[in-house]
Amino acid sequence: MYIVIAGGGKVGFYLAQELIEGGHEVLVIEQTVERVSALADELPDAIMQGDACEVSTLDKAGVSRADLVAAVTGDDEDNLVICDVSRVRGVPRTIARINNPRNALLFESRDVETTVSATQAILAQIEQELPLTQMVPVMQLHEGLEIVEVKLSETSPAVGRTARDVLLPPEALIALIVDQGGSPRVPSADTRLNPGDALVVVVRSDTKDTLKEALIGATHGLDT
Amino acid sequence: MKVLIMGCSRVGAAVAEALDAGGHDVTVLDRNPRAFRKLADSFHGERLIGNGMDTRTLERAGIQRSDAFFAVTQGDNRNYFSSQLAREVYHVPRVLCRTYDQQREEIFRQLGIETYSPTRQGSEAMLKMLNTPKGEGG
Repeated sequence: MYIVIAGGGKVGFYLAQELIEGGHEVLVIEQTVERVSALADELPDAIMQGDACEVSTLDKAGVSRADLVAAVTGDDEDNLVICDVSRVRGVPRTIARINNPRNALLFESRDVETTVSATQAILAQIEQELPLTQMVPVMQLHEGLEIVEVKLSETSPAVGRTARDVLLPPEALIALIVDQGGSPRVPSADTRLNPGDALVVVVRSDTKDTLKEALIGATHGLDT
Repeated sequence: MKVLIMGCSRVGAAVAEALDAGGHDVTVLDRNPRAFRKLADSFHGERLIGNGMDTRTLERAGIQRSDAFFAVTQGDNRNYFSSQLAREVYHVPRVLCRTYDQQREEIFRQLGIETYSPTRQGSEAMLKMLNTPKGEGG
């Protein structure tokens, strides 16, 4: 099979190595000159410099005779364009790496046969291993403080309250709120908390249980 | 008519103002709040900060109720991506996608997206002007 891989990052590189070992003809298209020269030793004759979103680059790569195009850049919009242009050029099968799991629906509707989302895979793994943990440790600070992230569910006792009225443990501080739309803001005392908000909270490690009660509610099951 | 415009570029702002002045319900979406400075103070429509490639943001901007969607960010691929979202996922009746690259434009059209190319249409207009005696043409 002739396989064109768009994107010479880690995913593209390892994929290329595996496929070459499996006896396939492979060409990696990578945009940045530095990355191309770094990969040239590892993938001799299998790397080409260019923007895979450009139709002329794909044509130069001989995409019309490819059996498969794998678009594995870090940008979902680029991956969609690469797959759709390849399809117009007659490529029978396209695979895209998707970075935002919510984009899976669009790729499926565009007949991009398989979508591989690293984010989704990692999320699935996390959900499997830690089914009920809703407080994610982000960073340890000095003096027994740490930063945690908590996503508010519909049933959170904090939902509907203002930041001032949440019963936080002493010395805890809501530093940042990222809303469902992904917009971050620094909360004021009057900021109202909504389901789906992700709260970044500074808290004393020994009062995390109180914080959980305030933001998650009565804990049960395997929660650690 | 409810119109959603992604990208408060010069063109985005101009289209938004014209539609707003024509009595339409206009929402302009841009990742950069400073971009909204291009809009006149008299603009009545909604200014929304957010990424138009995110389905949640598009829904917040009312894409489900929109009659038309304009993708006019600086990125051809971003414009195409969101145009396909508007068409395939949200079934917006009219979707217009600005595309600078002419080769890509041709393919986007083949893929069912209505495109506007400032490169192609601009160069055509200038050549036409060159071939028309001064003062006669548009």
